Amino acid sequence: MKITKERLFRKHAAGLLLITSLLGACGRGDTNNTAGNNPDDITITIKGSDTVLPLTQQEAENYMQKNAGAAITVVGGGTGVGISALQEGTTDIAMASRALKTGERLKLKGAKKNVKEALIAYDALSVVVHPENKVNQLTREQLEQIFTGKIKNWKEVGGNDEVIVAYSRETSSGTYEFFKEEVLDKKNYAPGILMMSATGSIVQSVSQTRGAIGYIGLAYETEDVKALSVSYDQGKTFVAPSVEAAKNKSYPISRPLFYFYDASVESRVKPFINYVLSPEGQKIVQDTGYVPLS
Amino acid sequence: MKRYFHNFGERLIVGLLTLSGTVTSLTVLLIVFYLFKEGLGIFSMSPVEEGTAIAVNKQNPVKELSASQLKEISDQNITNWQQVGGPNAPIKLFRIDDITEYYSEEELGADFEFVPQRINEIVTKNPNILAFFPEEFLAKDFPGRQIFLDNISVADFLGGREWYPTITPAVRMGVLPLILGTLWVSFGAILLALPLGLATAVYMAEIADSRVRNILKPVIELLAGIPSVVYGFFGLVVVVPLIQDIFGLPVGETALAGSIILGIMALPTIISVSEDAMRTTPRAMKEASLALGASKWQTIYKVVIPYSISGISTAAILGIGRAIGETMAVLMVTGNASVIPDSFLEPVRTIPATIAAELGEAPQGGIHYKALFALGCILFLLTLIINVTVDLVSAKKRENR
Repeated sequence: MKITKERLFRKHAAGLLLITSLLGACGRGDTNNTAGNNPDDITITIKGSDTVLPLTQQEAENYMQKNAGAAITVVGGGTGVGISALQEGTTDIAMASRALKTGERLKLKGAKKNVKEALIAYDALSVVVHPENKVNQLTREQLEQIFTGKIKNWKEVGGNDEVIVAYSRETSSGTYEFFKEEVLDKKNYAPGILMMSATGSIVQSVSQTRGAIGYIGLAYETEDVKALSVSYDQGKTFVAPSVEAAKNKSYPISRPLFYFYDASVESRVKPFINYVLSPEGQKIVQDTGYVPLS
Repeated sequence: MKRYFHNFGERLIVGLLTLSGTVTSLTVLLIVFYLFKEGLGIFSMSPVEEGTAIAVNKQNPVKELSASQLKEISDQNITNWQQVGGPNAPIKLFRIDDITEYYSEEELGADFEFVPQRINEIVTKNPNILAFFPEEFLAKDFPGRQIFLDNISVADFLGGREWYPTITPAVRMGVLPLILGTLWVSFGAILLALPLGLATAVYMAEIADSRVRNILKPVIELLAGIPSVVYGFFGLVVVVPLIQDIFGLPVGETALAGSIILGIMALPTIISVSEDAMRTTPRAMKEASLALGASKWQTIYKVVIPYSISGISTAAILGIGRAIGETMAVLMVTGNASVIPDSFLEPVRTIPATIAAELGEAPQGGIHYKALFALGCILFLLTLIINVTVDLVSAKKRENR
């Protein structure tokens, strides 16, 4: 008797949950981005890179406070997602943490889009290790071999005899792709690499694991981890990551952040982009931990 | 009149109950159907990224390549055609993004209308080329030979050891490390939680006096109310460094950390369900046992536990169910490396963590999306098998009694 009652309860609880979730799915409205009747009202949909997401959200919030008629929807999903949405015409602006690939430019051309780009800020990636690690600098080649699993011990790169534990972001992250293309020379990560779902977890893990190495956005650097200097010319010059070094392009692992939009919606999105590029907008860039343009 | 209303109300309630039962069962069936429909779709798909053409020069004798060979080639672990059955010549990789190294923007045309022609030229000129490019630039008179890969097979999917769901040009979808990781972590969790949970349940049902019980019970139930992300954070900050120190490991994010956290999370379910079951043992049975001269302990394991065994198995099912399906806490503490573990002290990647971490980015209807649904099917089957087994076992126990 007992067990049947329990089963019944389990069934019903599960059923209720399912029904609720189904109802929720029905209620999902379509994101139609037609402009309002009033010419002053602007509706903009922005989609794309999760790296640019927090910055764009902050910019959009401040912008909407100043312009009561504006309604800006910001959605993440990754650079690739944003660009394919732009191609399908389901977003006005695509956020991107890299320039367009040739293949993407060709696809957008094929979809009869005249895409314009606006460079809004830079982001730099720091390679971080445990603070007690003796190693202070690595070349790009060494980093590549560490993350593809060819170098397994710190003594091979001048450190203590300790196993290297490499941390990476999850595959859904734009940072993961950028690091792979830029530092790993498009090679694949080793299968034994630890994947963390958030940059914060990488900082936490690196700070408590002696043999750890990981990569994080410049803005996430803390006292608990040590950032390495990186060389892109086989060890001739090493540059430490900093906002200044990223700005004057001497630090190699940095990337531009873009907004892409179709020329046909330019009049609608231009005021917002101009705001982001204004001194006030660039101050938000600095405050949220990215590298401003000037 | 009053009687009529009474009857009407009763019928209404019966009708509502029937309706809710039907709707629930239908929804469950619908979800299972949808899960399998999406998941099984993966076996009719090619591992090559949709719309990508892979081609070689006509003179090249290599007629087929596997997805794993393509991965090794793009990782530059295979650099000579000889290694994949061709002539002794270095492999020259060409991706569409490289086209600007061969031709200027003008030569490609303002609307890229000359690209198919340029690709034809590149493929003809380089006998050792291996080219990846979008299918729309495949000219009608393409002079090279296209290479097609076999669809993903069930054996490849279930037995493959490499999980690279997003690489180009061809993905690698081997879920063996993920299945083993899930089973490994859940097995460890239940190994820790079941004895501990049962001991606590016995203590609370039979040994503790009512004052202790009144304090202990709400405290244990409180454990069930803590959100899993908090357990995950606790695990990452406390359990992971502890394991690292105790075992002297290079890395603390291991299957064991996941098992410990999951074990703690499964405890409240196991304790309350099995304690409830034990407390339903009729007083007369216990008193009879004691009257026959059995000690307290003998009464517990000869009378109370056999009597409540079905409730205890239910507790075990619910506990295992929680352990297998739990996502967030595991995602945070197990390190998520997709390698096959040979001990509890190695990082693992579980199925729920994989689905949670990757579904957001997987394009709808694509191969990655379908693979994650197929993982969902596997998870569903795992839980189903466990539930059925435990049901059978407890049914058998009841028969024996």
